[in-house]
Order: sequence, then structure tokens, then C-alpha cells
Amino acid sequence: MLLITCPYCGVAAEETELHGGGEAHLKRFGPDSSDDDFTGYLFHRENPKGVHFERWRHVNGCGKWFHAARCTNTLEVFGTYSAQTTEPPKDILDTIRAKRPGFKWRDIA
Amino acid sequence: MSDVALALGGATFDGLVKIEELAGQGMITLRGDLTDKAIVAAVKHVFGVTLPGTRETAFAGSTGALWMSPDEALLLCPYDAAQTKADDLAAKLADAHALVVNVSDARAVFQLRGRMLREVIAKLAPVDMSPEAFTPGMVRRTRMAQVAAAFWMDDASTARVVCFRSVAAYMFGLLSTSADDAAAVNHFAG
Repeated sequence: MLLITCPYCGVAAEETELHGGGEAHLKRFGPDSSDDDFTGYLFHRENPKGVHFERWRHVNGCGKWFHAARCTNTLEVFGTYSAQTTEPPKDILDTIRAKRPGFKWRDIA
Repeated sequence: MSDVALALGGATFDGLVKIEELAGQGMITLRGDLTDKAIVAAVKHVFGVTLPGTRETAFAGSTGALWMSPDEALLLCPYDAAQTKADDLAAKLADAHALVVNVSDARAVFQLRGRMLREVIAKLAPVDMSPEAFTPGMVRRTRMAQVAAAFWMDDASTARVVCFRSVAAYMFGLLSTSADDAAAVNHFAG
């Protein structure tokens, strides 16, 4: 069972109280962008076995979107953080580097 | 004053706990920064309660406030006073970044009475209902079986559950089944 703590209401919510929102930290490429950028934004997603950064919504709860860093292999959750950011906070990255030395996710390592 | 048409006409069930659909409850949604001093002061003035902290409730007689999210509170008051209070609060917050709406008819409210209420709720919601984890003064928005719900405890043997009016019959069925006399688990002592 996946237990993720919502950073907004502090509830250690069970998976059925949440809704997954796909990969985190996507940069949007819209009109006037190159075909390659737009294709990457629209279709290309990470599918790692290991460290992953995702968006989640506490749908049956406070209703807020947030980010979570977790391991898709063990379901270990490294931490959750605000939705209002474009990159993972340093303390969470430090936690992951300590637990999963040498991890790489897109250009984060 | 008009008659309030309840979703289930005040349905009741007597089992492990006594379940009762409560008569019209005035409910006002407030959206805005709940730590904003102007908003806190306006709510205190109109409802007589200080906005509660994270996942907490605050009551003062027939009025109260429930923490719904960092920028949402559900304010409670008598049904007939709801529109007046909503207008009053909206006028006081005219210059603040806030929204106030009377949503009294949007939800159904059930009261659970009895010492088994923790167990009745625990069977339906993914929430730790042990007396150490969930106490009177807390509110929890969650799901009960397949629908969104929120509940809080007024005291050790009384809880109130709110859900959207459209799923009131489903919720009453759920609660009644969970509170069936033949369905006791006796997980929580006392």
C-alpha cells in the first residue's frame, strides 16, 4: 500500500484517497515551439524502475495538487513538496542521493 | 421561513450507533487565505469563532468552522441564518481576496451517536480512528467507500458526517450497513 503525506493538510493519505497526476516538472512547449520540443512535451515521459518524481492530487481530502518523490520499485516515498515549484527541493534530493546513490532522472542526478 | 426538504426526510437507523439525518444545517463556504488577519477578524465577528488550524474545528454554540484546506473553511450556523451571515461576511470581505457562498443545500449531514462510532467510521474510511489518532476537535475530509465525505467528533460518543446531498441515500445505506447490530468487530476498546 502506498502512503503519501499531503504537504498541505499533513494527512498520511492512503493511495485511494489520492489521484495520480503523471510525471512532475514538465516544461510546457506551446505555439511557436519546435516540433521536437512539442513532441517531447506532449508524448515523452520517463518510466523509471526506481526514483521517480510525480504529481499527485489529494482528491478525497483537501483537494490540493502536490509533488511526490518516490521509488517505483519499492514504493518508498522520499518526500512530498509543494506544487508551486519547477524542481525538487534540495532536502529531498539529498535524501534520495543518500538512499539511492547514483540515481538519475532526466537531468537530475 | 420555508420548510427545508431534507435529502432523506430525516432518516434514522438504530444499531451499533444511532444514525440520524440532521435537519437543515446552515453551511457557508469561505475561500481565501485562512491566515489573513482581515478574514480571521471578519469570521470572528460574524460567526463568533476563530478560524481553526489545520484539520481542526472550532465551535461556539450553534455556529462553527471546519478547516477544509489551507484556503477553504466550511462555516456552520443555523439554517435560517445562513444567507444573512453569508451576505454579512461577504460585505465585510469585499476588499479581501476571498469568496463566500451559502451552500446550505449542497450537503446532507448525519449524526452518529454511540460508543461504537469509531468502528462504524473506520470500516468505511481509510482513516486511523483510534482514540489517540482522531479526537474531538479534529475534522477529516476523506472518502467513505466510494464517495467524498468529511466527519468530525463533537464529543467521545457523537460524530457528524457530511456528504454531498446527491449521495445521501448511498451514505445512509453505508452507515446503516456498517452500524448493523450483526456487524460488530469490537476493534476499539471502550
